Amino acid sequence: MITKRIIPCLDVKDGRVVKGVNFQDLNDVSSPVELAAYYSRCGADELVFYDITASAEGRRLFTDILTETARRVFIPLTVGGGINTVEDFDRVLKCGADKVSVNSGAIRNPGLIYEAAKRYGDQCVVLSVDVKRVDGQFRVFARGGRDDTGMEAIQWIRRCVDNGAGEVVVNSIDTDGVKGGFDLPMLQAVCEAVNVPVIASGGAGGVQDFLTLFHTLPKVDAGLAASIFHFGEVAIKDLKAAMAADGIPTRL
Amino acid sequence: MVAIIDYGVGNLFSLQSSFAAIGQQAVVTADEAVIRAADRVILPGVGAFEDAAHKLTASGMASLLIELAAQGKPIMGICLGMQLLFDRSFEYGEHAGLGLIPGSVRPIADVIPAGYKIPHIGWNALAFPGEKHPLFRYIAPGDCVYFVHSYYATECDGAVIATAEYGAPLTAAVARGNVCGCQFHPEKSGEVGLNILRAFCEMERV
Repeated sequence: MITKRIIPCLDVKDGRVVKGVNFQDLNDVSSPVELAAYYSRCGADELVFYDITASAEGRRLFTDILTETARRVFIPLTVGGGINTVEDFDRVLKCGADKVSVNSGAIRNPGLIYEAAKRYGDQCVVLSVDVKRVDGQFRVFARGGRDDTGMEAIQWIRRCVDNGAGEVVVNSIDTDGVKGGFDLPMLQAVCEAVNVPVIASGGAGGVQDFLTLFHTLPKVDAGLAASIFHFGEVAIKDLKAAMAADGIPTRL
Repeated sequence: MVAIIDYGVGNLFSLQSSFAAIGQQAVVTADEAVIRAADRVILPGVGAFEDAAHKLTASGMASLLIELAAQGKPIMGICLGMQLLFDRSFEYGEHAGLGLIPGSVRPIADVIPAGYKIPHIGWNALAFPGEKHPLFRYIAPGDCVYFVHSYYATECDGAVIATAEYGAPLTAAVARGNVCGCQFHPEKSGEVGLNILRAFCEMERV
């Protein structure tokens, strides 16, 4: 039985983790490598590094960090942020990423997913999409959720999967940061539209939200979150123990 | 020393690092002399079977592996590298493999029920159909490893040493004498994966 994955996401800027973290048994709270190793020890099933650096120097620091993480952490590593070309895929894959997540890059260049999937395989290409309800429609937003593209989200996701996206991260702008639970109606619409793994993002406030997610939508494969893990509001160990106790297939 | 065969398929950095993490020296190499001198050999691989099989043959690695296998050197195939150990694959046509382990590689879609997603991707639990193989001496049934694949090995004539349940019991690992293979990625399977590599490094020549 395939297990449901729990995925912490780390925002990295100029080689450091952006959101403040505070764990007792972690010395350098803003080192992505240390934090990745820590999460891996706690039972994270996968890690996402999101590079929010703008400068070339920051980009170089980021790839150094990827290499160091791949040297020490032996779980799948997905990298996103600033992926606009097949060369960007190449750059992060060479440094130890297993999968690459594209968002605005795919909106600007709709051929990107097809090209990358052809070269590296579908399993390597993750579509990340920021979705918000506008006029009763699920709408795709670009540039970190700032710009309404006018595109209908379910159609967009289906098109990207047809082009070779092997997984989809659905980030609901409507529930993000609210901590009132994942956006179940939005996720259900995506699950009904595609037959690749769907990763839920945006809205987790506590353990119960993950249990509700996996019980209500058995087709969702993974839950992704950032701040609730970083601030220690939810300990991954406790979360996975609760999932297992609740009958959800879990890697302990 | 472990030789990780470099024949232009995939990124081998994690694999090399995982051996370093268990205190084993590993080199990524296409040098025949280095591979011959190694205590054991890893055949990695991601991507398409036909292309990889072609590269193995063109680089001379196919005949070298067949020779080393006959000499008793421990060899482990990983993911596509495992699939290449078999007689043949039916991935986009029919293509010959190394023939080191009997069997065929076929689409998962042939055996799993409708509604299961393809590829089989994520962490799945291992089951051991017979007596536990020495490769798993440090792990237990139910331990999870990380899979990413759309094809599986079948008709393996008793060579299956581990399976994973995905609507059907998919072949997760195989062994025949000194030659073994994992469909999953031990280098991406946390401590469990490292413990499998550790056990492989203790496998004796036969």
